[in-house]
Amino acid sequence: MTSYYEASARERVAGLLDAGSFIEILPPQERVMSPHLLQLDTPAAFDDGIVVGEGRLGGRPILVAAQEGGFMGGAVGEVHGAKLTGLLERALDTRPAGVILLVESGGVRLHEANAGLIAVSEIMRAVLALRGAGVPVILLDGGQFGCFGGMGIVARLCDAVIMSEEGRLGLSGPEVIETTCGVEEFDSRDRALVWRTVGGKHRYLLGEAAEIVADDMAAFRAAAIAALEHARPDLSLAALEAEHAGLGARITRFGACRDALDIWRDLGFEAPDRLPLLEADAFRALAAGRRA
Amino acid sequence: MERLTFTYAGGRPATRNAKATLAGVVGSGNLEVLVEPVAQDGAVTIEVTTAAVGFGRIWQAVMDDFFARHGLGDLRISINDVGATPAVVSLRLDQAIETYLGGGQ
Repeated sequence: MTSYYEASARERVAGLLDAGSFIEILPPQERVMSPHLLQLDTPAAFDDGIVVGEGRLGGRPILVAAQEGGFMGGAVGEVHGAKLTGLLERALDTRPAGVILLVESGGVRLHEANAGLIAVSEIMRAVLALRGAGVPVILLDGGQFGCFGGMGIVARLCDAVIMSEEGRLGLSGPEVIETTCGVEEFDSRDRALVWRTVGGKHRYLLGEAAEIVADDMAAFRAAAIAALEHARPDLSLAALEAEHAGLGARITRFGACRDALDIWRDLGFEAPDRLPLLEADAFRALAAGRRA
Repeated sequence: MERLTFTYAGGRPATRNAKATLAGVVGSGNLEVLVEPVAQDGAVTIEVTTAAVGFGRIWQAVMDDFFARHGLGDLRISINDVGATPAVVSLRLDQAIETYLGGGQ
C-alpha cells in the first residue's frame, strides 16, 4: 500500500496513471517560473509547484494536473494557474476521456495577490467551459494541505470529488477561521475538530465528495477510473436548480447544528463519535443509505 | 537570496540518453535538484539559488564532495534551495543522480 497523502505531486502522477504513459507539458527544464517570487527575493520552483500533462488512465486518454503541496502549500500563482487553465483549455481541443486534478492547495498564493486571484477565476471558468462541452473533470483530494480557498471552489465545480479521510475540503481553512473569528469559534489545533468538520468522511456524508477511499494510491486510481466511467457532465438549468434545492434543504435540516457530530446523529448514526475511528471500507458500508 | 555557480572539469560523461530529472521540492529545509544532459567536454556546471545568504564556503565543500564521489561530467545541475542542511543537499544530489542514471522519470 503506497500512501497518497505522503507522496509528492510527481509521485502521485506516476502512481495514478497507467505505467509509463505520462508526458509532461512545460516540464521543469523549461524553467517557466514565477516572475513575482524572484522579484520578492523568494525561492521559486522550476515547475511553479504544478505538474501538468497527458497520459492514460485505465487505458483511456486523459489530461492530468498535480499540485505540489510542499511548495508554498500548493498555492496558485500566476504561472501555476496559467498551466492549469491551459491544460483545461487544451482538453477543449483534444477531447480526452476526462481531466484529472490531483489538488493539494491552500488557494491563492498571496505573494502574487491579484494575479493569483485572476488565475483562480480563470481556472473556474475553464472547468465549467469544459464540463459544458461534455468533458468530465474529476478532482482527487488526499494531500497534506487539503483543498481550500479558490481551489475549494474549483473542487465543487467538478463532476466528482474523490477524497480520503485525510483529505480536507473547504473555503476558509481552519487557521484562517481561527485568525479571523477567534479560537473560541474554531480551534485549528484541535485535529479531531478539524477533520470532522472539513475532512473526507464529513464531506462524503454531506454528498460533497462522491467517493471516499483509503489513503492508498491504488484505491485513488481505482476510484478515478470508476468516476471517469460514470461521469456525465450536466450543467443544465434543471440540474443547477436541483443542486440549489438540495443546498436549501440542507441548511433547513442542519442549520441549527453546532458540530458535525450533531449532523451525523441526525443522519441516523447511533454512535457518531465512533465514525472517525473507522477504516474507509467499514465507514462506507456503515454510511450506505444514510448520506445527506 | 544568493546565486552560486560551481564548475568541475574532467568528469566521466554521464549516460548520453538520460532525460532531465527533478528530485526534491522547494520547501523549508528542502531543495529541488534538476539534472540535465549537456555536452561540454566532461564538465559539470552547478547553479545554486539559495534563500540562505553567506554559506558559499559550505556549498563549495558539499559540491567538492559530490564531484569527488561521483566524478560525472556533461551535466548541468540546477538547484533551488530553501535552507537545506549540507547532509540533505548531499542526499538530494545522490537521489537526483541515481534517478537520472536510472533512465529519468
